Amino acid sequence: MLDKNGIAKRIAKEIKDGYYVNLGIGIPTLCANYIPQGVNVVLQSENGILGMGPFPFEGDEDADLINAGKQTVTLLPGAAIFDSALSFGMIRAQKVNLTILGAMEVSENGDIANWKIPGKMVKGMGGAMDLVASAKNIIVAMQHVNKAGESKLLPSCTLPITGLRCVKKIVTELGVLDVLPEGGFKLLERAPGISVEHIQNATAGKLIVDGEIPEMILD
Amino acid sequence: MNKTVKNADEALAGLEDGMTLALGGFGLCGIPENSIAALVKKGKKNLTCISNNAGVDDFGLGLLLQKKLIKKMISSYVGENAEFERQMLSGELEVDLIPQGTLATRLMAGGYGMPAIFTPAGVGTEVAEGKEVRRFKFNGEEKDYLMEYAFEPDFSIVKAWKGDTMGNLIFRMTARNFSPLVAMAGKITIAEVEELVQPGELNPQEIHLPGIYVTRIFQGEKYEKRIEQRTVRKR
Repeated sequence: MLDKNGIAKRIAKEIKDGYYVNLGIGIPTLCANYIPQGVNVVLQSENGILGMGPFPFEGDEDADLINAGKQTVTLLPGAAIFDSALSFGMIRAQKVNLTILGAMEVSENGDIANWKIPGKMVKGMGGAMDLVASAKNIIVAMQHVNKAGESKLLPSCTLPITGLRCVKKIVTELGVLDVLPEGGFKLLERAPGISVEHIQNATAGKLIVDGEIPEMILD
Repeated sequence: MNKTVKNADEALAGLEDGMTLALGGFGLCGIPENSIAALVKKGKKNLTCISNNAGVDDFGLGLLLQKKLIKKMISSYVGENAEFERQMLSGELEVDLIPQGTLATRLMAGGYGMPAIFTPAGVGTEVAEGKEVRRFKFNGEEKDYLMEYAFEPDFSIVKAWKGDTMGNLIFRMTARNFSPLVAMAGKITIAEVEELVQPGELNPQEIHLPGIYVTRIFQGEKYEKRIEQRTVRKR
């Protein structure tokens, strides 16, 4: 079973040279730590950065330079700063190649729910609805089951929807799955030590297992 | 042409109970600190505030919430404020949560003289309830878009890094965020700046927002520039 860093490490293998990438808060942010050597990417932060760098060294924090998670960050050579309309403009125009974000639920037709739990304090969708409505390549980093052991990969979402038919790929602690255009979670890889049966039992939506499913290679 | 006023108090002349305000800033980054302090002092009530976030309990728009001056917030993310949560759950505060890109573009539309925009954000979600949906073939794909109206706030309030007395503005780093969009949408636009200079001292090629959108400008007394999430790495 993968931990958060394991999920991030596996997703990082999907990041290709030359990509512009938007990383959501949480596990997606960790992906930046595992981008393979020689793969040059530009990170977009939707508050208005292309070319976001790592956290600043202690003492170098700049209150005027934060990411979309409101964390202090730095800029890399070649970075650009712009306003929020332009930032979502480039997202809507599909100039950003890959969006990685978290989810509470994903349905077998690619719907995503990740912004609101009825009865709990609603903090808002931030940029999530804009991202999922426009991005052509969305990978979701999520837990396969919730704390009660119930599947979060469902026939249809039970929580309020963030976007329709948008998720292309999911990486969980148990494996890697594609969401097929015609519907269904196609199992591509198993996490180390995890059986197909285990994944089948943890998936409430339609799981497609075609032939032998390889164990993922992380390094 | 000189748009300079003495201070935030003078800049807010004409503000009345029940008006709609748009404010720049992302979290606490780039918020108009001096104008917010003056709004608290002025005490005008039942304000509708368009702002991506609602500050924290003791800073930013949280200060207006403490005084119960805000009737309605239009924001995309409001997670960092306990008083906000209390007023929202008790029904004292109306909250309209909208996607971040929609918020930005509705402000932009105001400044661009366009009554509405079409965006795919929120299609099929509760954000779409009651809104007109139009289907377009665009960018090689046919899909649904929501019609969203431009914002036309009574007052827009932003903070810039440098400005000249004609109202031309330059923002610093990601303190730019929503600020130029907020500034261009206002019927009356107030800019507070860290450094106010004379015409000719700013390079025309480096202006982020031309002064035509700015009604009043002043140099802020002081800036705390509070950091919300201080994240660092070891040397």
